[in-house]
Amino acid sequence: MAKVTIDDITIEVPDGTSILEAARIIGGDIAPPAMCYYSKLKTSGGYCRTCIVKVEQGSAKDPRPMPKPVASCRTTVMDGMVVRNITSPENLEARAGVVEFLLLNHPLDCPICDQAGECDLQDLAYKHGEEETRYQFPRREFEPEDIGPYIKLNMNRCILCYRCVKVADQITDGRCHGVVNRGEVSQISTYIEQAIDNDFSGNMIDVCPVGALTDKTFRFKSRVWYTKPVDAHRDCPKCSGKVRLWYQGEEVLRVTGRKDQWGEIENNEDGSTAWICNDCRFDKKETKDWVIEGPTHVNRRSVISANHYEGLAAIKADTLRMLGSQPHGVKVDLGEGALDPNNE
Amino acid sequence: MSKKLLLKNDHIEGIHTLPIYRANGGYSVLEKALKTMSPEAILEEVKTSGLRGRGGAGFPTGLKWSFLAKPEGVPRYLVCNADESEPGTLKDRYLMERHPHILIEGMIVSSFALGAKTSYIYIRGEYFYIARILEIAIKEAYEAGFLGKNIQGSGYDLDLYVQVGAGAYICGEETALLESLEGKRGNPRIKPPFPAIAGLYGCPTVVNNVETIAAVVPILEMGGAEYAKIGTEKSTGTKLISASGHINKPGVYEIELGIPVEEFIYSEEYCGGISGGKKLKAVVAGGSSVPILPAELILKTSAGEPRMMSYESLGDGGFLTGTMLGSGGFIVMDEDTSIVKNLYTFARFYHHESCGQCSPCREGTGWMEKILLKILDGRGDMKDIDLLWDIQSKIEGKTICPLGEAAAWPVAAAIRHFRSEFEEYIQYPEKIRDIKHYYRLQETATA
Ligand SMILES: Cc1cc2nc3c(=O)[nH]c(=O)nc-3n(C[C@H](O)[C@H](O)[C@H](O)COP(=O)(O)O)c2cc1C
Ligand code: SF4
Ligand code: FES
Repeated sequence: MAKVTIDDITIEVPDGTSILEAARIIGGDIAPPAMCYYSKLKTSGGYCRTCIVKVEQGSAKDPRPMPKPVASCRTTVMDGMVVRNITSPENLEARAGVVEFLLLNHPLDCPICDQAGECDLQDLAYKHGEEETRYQFPRREFEPEDIGPYIKLNMNRCILCYRCVKVADQITDGRCHGVVNRGEVSQISTYIEQAIDNDFSGNMIDVCPVGALTDKTFRFKSRVWYTKPVDAHRDCPKCSGKVRLWYQGEEVLRVTGRKDQWGEIENNEDGSTAWICNDCRFDKKETKDWVIEGPTHVNRRSVISANHYEGLAAIKADTLRMLGSQPHGVKVDLGEGALDPNNE
Repeated sequence: MSKKLLLKNDHIEGIHTLPIYRANGGYSVLEKALKTMSPEAILEEVKTSGLRGRGGAGFPTGLKWSFLAKPEGVPRYLVCNADESEPGTLKDRYLMERHPHILIEGMIVSSFALGAKTSYIYIRGEYFYIARILEIAIKEAYEAGFLGKNIQGSGYDLDLYVQVGAGAYICGEETALLESLEGKRGNPRIKPPFPAIAGLYGCPTVVNNVETIAAVVPILEMGGAEYAKIGTEKSTGTKLISASGHINKPGVYEIELGIPVEEFIYSEEYCGGISGGKKLKAVVAGGSSVPILPAELILKTSAGEPRMMSYESLGDGGFLTGTMLGSGGFIVMDEDTSIVKNLYTFARFYHHESCGQCSPCREGTGWMEKILLKILDGRGDMKDIDLLWDIQSKIEGKTICPLGEAAAWPVAAAIRHFRSEFEEYIQYPEKIRDIKHYYRLQETATA
């Protein structure tokens, strides 16, 4: 076991725990935001740098501070380590810098993005970002690319977290996509325009922290906050069958895995991750396919669920305008955590 | 008279061939090491020699070797970093092109010391013709019984391969190099684990620069203690310096560490002074990533001491008034050089070479390049200088690998020492295309 102090709170965790996991045990704002790390995917993390923290004391044995901020998701705790996250203004400034970099070339097209309302980048920008961008150049744009029948890729929104690559490596039976090209023009792509077609490929959508990979069967049908999540299961020969159904009225618009407060897919009883197969996700969209367990308790600390969207008022206005113009109209659901569009 | 160890036979015709290399004492160190020394004894000599890595960071080689994990039944590897892509650096090319056997001999004795049975030389793709030279030399070494099974009857087996890269600067970063060597995308790994624990194919690995490995040969020849007498206390031995820019005699020079910078620039033995009799303006002393220093600070430290060609003297004053020896890429700029333009070239390079894994480097390098181009184009704004400063500070130290720093440091140093030049580019946009304008302004100011 190792004793670690994060933002003046000391806890004891098993050896080998990362600083980020230790901070998640403490919880609240002390847990650094994570855009690329995903506890259920091996070797994830380290890329985005949003989870950086300052290590004031390396360990009891070697109390020297670490010379640079470290990625908390990929740094293991040492006994006697002292870490500062939100209690270090310097660290928060460094993180704001990272957020600015992540948003630099982001299209900021939240009003037309299916991920809006459950987007980690939106949450991050709201919480840690600056109001205005200092970037005065045209944003990078990629040619749209078709990667298969179920998943829509919008590369302009991608932050290169590599999570979908790891999903394909670790839970599907063969990866046929990856990161091609280098540097600023790196992009997610299938190898020579192959289609991603694999029983578990849909999980790439669930792990994508932004709106780069979205569900083609859900696209533009509604907004996340107008749909009502309900937990359900079925006996599935391929997967755990534990899903979240997203209802609008009587209609199931979308099926996803069940995410926990960190935005990660929950575990099964046996400790494995409750990834879902493509049959459950894309083909079972009738209530009769499912045994309903009850409404989901939303505990995710998102911009939308916390109902404090004011800072992004412009986006809200735009979003509502866009939605107003949708042909099938929008049914407002005032379920838990929903945004009330009449309540300006 | 200068001390030459690596290039002492540079004048000998045909030294790149095995018979001539051998006729001049080549491979005697190998025979001595394999037949009379234990791996531990070799490691001790390297430690005593004080040799520091010549790839850029100057990490003590003996210490690096002693970190190598040695679990039972797991292979270990020695990988030679011949990716040499740092702008201004061309010493490894010179050494490999003309003296391939000193590298191969160094590889064999170092592999023996580390217990590696397979070793690799990873060479940048643009050096394809040198890869040929190395392969021919390796073939000669196999035929002479210096490589392969039971080398010189010592019972030690070693296979040595040359792997050609595909044109990425980032593959010089040791963990990206290992990824590339494994046939993967050349992305730096997230450390820990370090290569000494889990390197090539997950096995303990030492990555060393070409010049570092070659230096093991003279160290074993004369003994670590003798080698340590050359140079200064903290910078032992000799170093290859690639001198380029506005000097009379650009080229690769082997220097004894610790000679005055002034001597290196102005003496006939080395750079031979500034070309065209012009004045020295600035020097980038250790490859494009190290901080640029104006003439006054490269010749003398802030305390007024003469600046020497050594790790400690070039580093004197930290980044405020000092720089780094780095890879020994010594770029000299005369009074007519535009620092802004030079910085733009560097920024463009780092932007192009970023692997794109981590956000500060992927996004920040391109941003800095665009701002610099804007300033060069006469569309700059005074605020851009502070913005550049802020961006580089937000990249530095927040990235996976040091390429982020390599991109940030030149920007910081150029602004730190040459801010007024940026301001003039911004103040007189209509005149910036007139390259001489800036100097006329300076002349008027001094008049
Ligand atoms: C972006 C980047 C590029 C590098 N390129 C080279 C290179 O071309 N050659 C080299 O020897 N070391 C290079 N290095 C340093 C290596 O990572 C490593 O430190 C070095 O090969 C170790 O050898 P040494 O201990 O003998 O110096 C580079 C480092 C970085 C971060
Ligand atoms: S610092 Fe740049 S080159 Fe290094 S890992 Fe990050 S993106 Fe890649
Ligand atoms: S979450 Fe740690 S670097 Fe991305």
